[in-house]
Amino acid sequence: MTDEPLLRVSALSKFYGSRVGCENVTFDLWPGEVLAVVGESGSGKTTLLNCLSTRLLPSSGTASYRMRDGQFRELYRMSEAERRFLMRTDWGFVHQNPADGLRMTVSAGANVGERLMAVGDRHYGKIRATAVDWLSRVEIDEDRIDDEPRAFSGGMRQRLQIARNLVTGPRLVFMDEPTGGLDVSVQARLLDLLRGLVTDLCLAAIVVTHDLAVARLLSQRMMVMKDGRVVESGLTDRVLDDPRAPYTQLLVSSILQV
Amino acid sequence: MTAQPTDIATYNFAYLDEQTKRMIRRAILKGIAIPGYQVPFASREMPMPYGWGTGGVQVTASIIGPDDVLKVIDQGADDTTNAVSIRAFFKKVANVAVTTQTAKATIIQTRHRIPEHPLGAGQVLVYQVPIPEPLRFLEPRETETRKMHALEEYGLMHVKLYEDIARHGRIATTYAYPVKVEGRYVMDPSPTPKFDNPKMHRSPALQLFGAGREKRIYALPPFTEVVSLDFEDHPFEVQTFDQPCALCAAENVYLDEVILDDHGGHMFVCSDTDHCEKRREEGHRGHLAPETHLAPEKMEPTQ
Repeated sequence: MTDEPLLRVSALSKFYGSRVGCENVTFDLWPGEVLAVVGESGSGKTTLLNCLSTRLLPSSGTASYRMRDGQFRELYRMSEAERRFLMRTDWGFVHQNPADGLRMTVSAGANVGERLMAVGDRHYGKIRATAVDWLSRVEIDEDRIDDEPRAFSGGMRQRLQIARNLVTGPRLVFMDEPTGGLDVSVQARLLDLLRGLVTDLCLAAIVVTHDLAVARLLSQRMMVMKDGRVVESGLTDRVLDDPRAPYTQLLVSSILQV
Repeated sequence: MTAQPTDIATYNFAYLDEQTKRMIRRAILKGIAIPGYQVPFASREMPMPYGWGTGGVQVTASIIGPDDVLKVIDQGADDTTNAVSIRAFFKKVANVAVTTQTAKATIIQTRHRIPEHPLGAGQVLVYQVPIPEPLRFLEPRETETRKMHALEEYGLMHVKLYEDIARHGRIATTYAYPVKVEGRYVMDPSPTPKFDNPKMHRSPALQLFGAGREKRIYALPPFTEVVSLDFEDHPFEVQTFDQPCALCAAENVYLDEVILDDHGGHMFVCSDTDHCEKRREEGHRGHLAPETHLAPEKMEPTQ
């Protein structure tokens, strides 16, 4: 581990006209660390995630990312070509709806292989072997490799999306409600899988979720957002067990007990 | 250019008005300057339906001069409806000489074939293109495909080839086979059989592509590098035929299957009719060639 963060975010704000998307967000993310961003709908979590992943440009503030050569680069000053290259090599983005992150009309194998081909891999046999390997790592049977994701269940699609993102060995993955819309048993398996992969690959991740249980399971640190602002941040266990801000206390006390 | 003395005085030389030709020539020049790049142009309504070569006709109309000799082929043949009517059109509106011989033509407008006879310097091949965007069926958004071309993001093109191998065990694309031009732009060679792809590579002729409905022009200047995409372990291959042309016994040419009767009788003949006729004039005989000098369409029914 190095003693420098992977991502430095400073005073990031995004306004939609006079409306606030997110305001004055500052944090550092370290290699191998999972940061959860929680809050209710409309609190600015997804806006923040989209700004960080350069899918949206912020109104003000900076974010710099430590590239593989150790140099920090300011994300919003990079050219579009560089940003898109980063997006498909060193980063991953897991959408809430797998259909947004997958190509639904090409086979599972090609979905996993696309990033490899995009960075210049031109050997069919090797691409296919890598795809088989990754499908098994996300618990998809090898004989489904030539099926289209349309024929997959919601949980399988989400696992396929994860494989597609991790195949180039990224160092940072953005996840937007990765378990949203899945039933609880499927959710549990997916979380288990994600936790394993994050630890094995020493991935850093920023996970946006409204589900505090997901945050508890996956993340070491969390940020609580309300109305576009960060109201509390700290170690996940500390925030959940001893919430300080009144809003966090409300949020934690609203968890349904079974 | 002065109008030709014809009975259709209301039409300008080669049908299009001079301003339009000027606009199309600018697009052509830009296309030549950036080989393989799709240049938008203000495509005009032509007196023929879309899909019948409106793009090719506009390109031809813009480059043709009174001294040019025009050849028009449709799937390799000089005598099919599309070829005959476009040839007649230019004869009428530009009063130019027409030919069916590849070597004698200065401009060859083609639908989906490159002639077998090697093209030379000074000749222009004009392709009719239905869908100029090679990424269209993989990425439907034009905004996104333009960005992908701009940033040279062509991984998706190989996804298509990957799918072919995964489904059929080999690259099953046989026409409109994607090519990379001068190591930069990925280009759709129009629906020519992939058999013709190697002929585009370093061709001494100028190759122009016109897509009328899609309003795009692109070009390959002479001696441009044109490489068909493939995988290291599944290299690009052209179609091969296990028998020669039934009429002229030519080998290593592209053959069409022709149905002879209702009992499954068929033969394989050159798709390039000019090439086939020339060979028969030279005395080459295939196993189904008639005894006398007759073109296939003039053959008597055998039964």
